[in-house]
Amino acid sequence: MVLGTAVSSGVVVLVGAVFLACAVEMVEALTIVLAVGHTRGWRSAFEGTGAALVVLTALVAAFGPALVHVPINVLRLVVGGVLLIFGMQWLRKAILRSSGLKAKHDEDEIYRAKVAELQSLGSTVNRDRVAFVMAFKGVFLEGLEVVITVLTLGTSAHRLGLAAIVAAVAVVLVGAVGVVVAKQLSNVPENAMKMAVGILLVSYGTFWTGEGLKVKWPGNDLMLVSFIGIYLVVVGLLIAMLRRSVPQRSSEVVA
Amino acid sequence: MTKRQSLPARLVKGFAMFWWDFLVGDTPELFIAVLLIIGVVALLSLAGHFNTAAVIVLPLLAVGALTLSVRRAQRSSQRK
Repeated sequence: MVLGTAVSSGVVVLVGAVFLACAVEMVEALTIVLAVGHTRGWRSAFEGTGAALVVLTALVAAFGPALVHVPINVLRLVVGGVLLIFGMQWLRKAILRSSGLKAKHDEDEIYRAKVAELQSLGSTVNRDRVAFVMAFKGVFLEGLEVVITVLTLGTSAHRLGLAAIVAAVAVVLVGAVGVVVAKQLSNVPENAMKMAVGILLVSYGTFWTGEGLKVKWPGNDLMLVSFIGIYLVVVGLLIAMLRRSVPQRSSEVVA
Repeated sequence: MTKRQSLPARLVKGFAMFWWDFLVGDTPELFIAVLLIIGVVALLSLAGHFNTAAVIVLPLLAVGALTLSVRRAQRSSQRK
């Protein structure tokens, strides 16, 4: 069978959405861990990271299998709704940043701010509780978003294993690259990635909200591709509309 | 002096706060819009059996919600 027919468009979108979402969250978590490690020492940073990963693994083990027993239409409706909200939040932020209405997420700036905050707290001789808590919170909160993305997208598509593998690849890849480039995480085109993820999540959210409410989509899975196209055009139009208004404001300020 | 909460109470509060920030946060309009979208599409699809209308209305309402939220952010930034 030709590869193109064997691999449905839904799977391609699933892999893309999970990979990009996990990569973005990993960049954010890594920035915090690197700041903690460089400033307060690596031991507490690794301990905080390890503890967060253990808690996240326990959450996946507890809730992952339970999700399989939820009726598929209920699951798709809830997941669709959550993805619509989550995806639109991401898209909104990415649109505002692209149009200049909101400052871009600067990992270098976040890194500097975290380092300054940690240095102001003074050094500790024994176990560094501040460093542990900061690394734990950073990894846990960003990791929780990864877990939610993987569980919701994976279970609704009946491809939890694939979603988990893709997430692991994204986390390992970004982790390895991040350690090599260390303090240059700002070079990652995070806003473009966030916009792509937002479009994929909203597309999936629309598709599964409909499926959960027994809407029969024309072309089935292919409708996902149409949604991506529609939302891409809408996002482009919204950015263009906002960009037209931003220079006018600047000139008003100058005048 | 305020009484310190027990660990289970703090965990439950933290869990609830996480979901509140995750789903509502600073964009309550998106949360409300999605509830409305689900309500309208449920009426069309489940109660009325208007599948074609549901196919058109669902993405259209999502686009409308995103546009309104972006315009709200634009207005709020112009006021500053």
